Amino acid sequence: MITIAILTLHEAVRRRIVAVLVLLTLVSVVLTGFGAERLVALAAEHGANPIEVRIGVSQILILVAFMFSFVLAMTAAFLGAPAIAGDIESGVAQSMLARPIRRADLVVGRWLGLSIVVGLYAAGSGLLEVAVVAALTGHVPPQPFVAVAFLAGESIVLLTLALLLSTRLPSMAAGAICVVMFGLAWMAGIFAGIGRVFGADVLVAVARESRWLFPTDGLWRGVVYGLEPPLVIFGSGRFGVAAEANPFYAAAPPPLEFVIWSVVWVALALGLAVLSLDRREV
Amino acid sequence: MTVTESPAVRVEGLAKRYRGTVALDGLTMTVGRGEVFGFLGPNGAGKTTAVKLLLGLARATSGRGEVLGAPLGDRRIRRRIGYLPELFRYQPWLRANEVVALHCELARLPRTEWRREIDDSLGLVGLADRAGDTVGTFSKGMQQRLGLGLALIGRPELVILDEPTSALDPVGRTDVRSIIRTVRDRGAAVFLNSHLLTEVERVCDRIAIVDHGRVRAEGRLDDVLGEPAVRVRVTGIDAALLRALGAFGPVRQDGDWVLIEPLDPERVPEVVAAIVAAGGRIHDVDSGRASLESRFLALLSREPAGAGEAARDDASPASPAP
Repeated sequence: MITIAILTLHEAVRRRIVAVLVLLTLVSVVLTGFGAERLVALAAEHGANPIEVRIGVSQILILVAFMFSFVLAMTAAFLGAPAIAGDIESGVAQSMLARPIRRADLVVGRWLGLSIVVGLYAAGSGLLEVAVVAALTGHVPPQPFVAVAFLAGESIVLLTLALLLSTRLPSMAAGAICVVMFGLAWMAGIFAGIGRVFGADVLVAVARESRWLFPTDGLWRGVVYGLEPPLVIFGSGRFGVAAEANPFYAAAPPPLEFVIWSVVWVALALGLAVLSLDRREV
Repeated sequence: MTVTESPAVRVEGLAKRYRGTVALDGLTMTVGRGEVFGFLGPNGAGKTTAVKLLLGLARATSGRGEVLGAPLGDRRIRRRIGYLPELFRYQPWLRANEVVALHCELARLPRTEWRREIDDSLGLVGLADRAGDTVGTFSKGMQQRLGLGLALIGRPELVILDEPTSALDPVGRTDVRSIIRTVRDRGAAVFLNSHLLTEVERVCDRIAIVDHGRVRAEGRLDDVLGEPAVRVRVTGIDAALLRALGAFGPVRQDGDWVLIEPLDPERVPEVVAAIVAAGGRIHDVDSGRASLESRFLALLSREPAGAGEAARDDASPASPAP
């Protein structure tokens, strides 16, 4: 398993995946940092008070985090989807599986290596963005490490789904399903919020339960919570449940049981991936 | 029977069906230790399916078998098996020596042996000078050579080669035959899966011809090829001549060609004398066994291309081993 994980990390470096991710992160951070700094300067020129500026920067940071969340989701899908399927399609897997290794070693090793890549990417890009914004605007979000941890968790959930699908489906189909699932989960979160505003209990129930089925949106709310200043939460209180319809707002962190479930979900999906490959004929 | 005494491969009634398609239909065969076994068949005969079942990459629908004394699918026994897949692809971003090191690790070989294994295997397949190059820069033939080298690491007791010369030029094919003999000399069994009859003819101790998932013939090459025969191209054939030749054995006529099968090769001069005495004019004489190709086609009940060519194949001698 460790052999495969190291091989996967080796592949990420050799195939310039790490170099591309680092470069894209630097470009994104420079551009968004520049944008945030310009907006702060403009707001100051127009006489905005420091609290208004800080609230504005915090919301921009949340939007930037969403961009990173989207990019990470795509990265997880595109790395995970061919991880097993690509090896089987190309024939690389056959020569490896004819060795005395367990198929679980291949699946878990692949997952471990790719989780390290997306986890480090989430941590690196997220914390660098927070640091640059803090340096340029003076705004430091309340819990940046919590936000980054949820960001990494969200990516790993998507990666695990991609890997599970990759044991049975061609790479492109697995990747496409992951992207659609990510979008649907996000929309389900919005529907749940809107449903609560209008008292549509069935809609709320269906949409909220979908979080347990595929926990990416619930984890995204954890990212938002980690970046949301208390002042915004306090101020949004007057909107009551209506504020929850906003996918870029979170008044509370995801419940502990949801976080635990997300970990269990990843373990179950990984176990299913192992079973799936174990029963597949290559 | 202990594990060390067990044959390299023994399967009985092995069957594999894929959603209504029968890939293997009761395959029964035995491959002895230290022998080169040719597994022959046309495309779609079930050869690669059989290999996958032996390696545990696929599961049999029914039947049973063992490899090196362990039941089919046993993971640990794979440490003693080398395998070159038909679809040979290796991590294109790794260097050749890194691919060998990876397989040494996957084969659970002690790290102290990796250097020797890398040098030996790449040297044996003629890639020593490309050890530091990435596999992505290799031609298909070089990748197949690399795959062959990987199949030989750790001194396996059974080497399974699935169409090992499909991407090789004539020089490469000769090299592969030489490597197969080297492996046999080390005491390992070689299971050679191929549809290239001349390759099999030149290197195998025993063969099985498989079609539609069943073994049609199995045994030593001489046994499968059948009785010796003589084929003579004669003009001026008449009934008296054919009657005279009938004294030597069953006679078949195809145009100017006359085939007598079986016939002891020692009696060829007598046949020639009898033809001349009967007024026939001899243009050509071929003596020996039927070629593997003609035997293969006959077993599969498929007409060879062109009757004249078939008649020629019927009596051409088996290709001598180089």
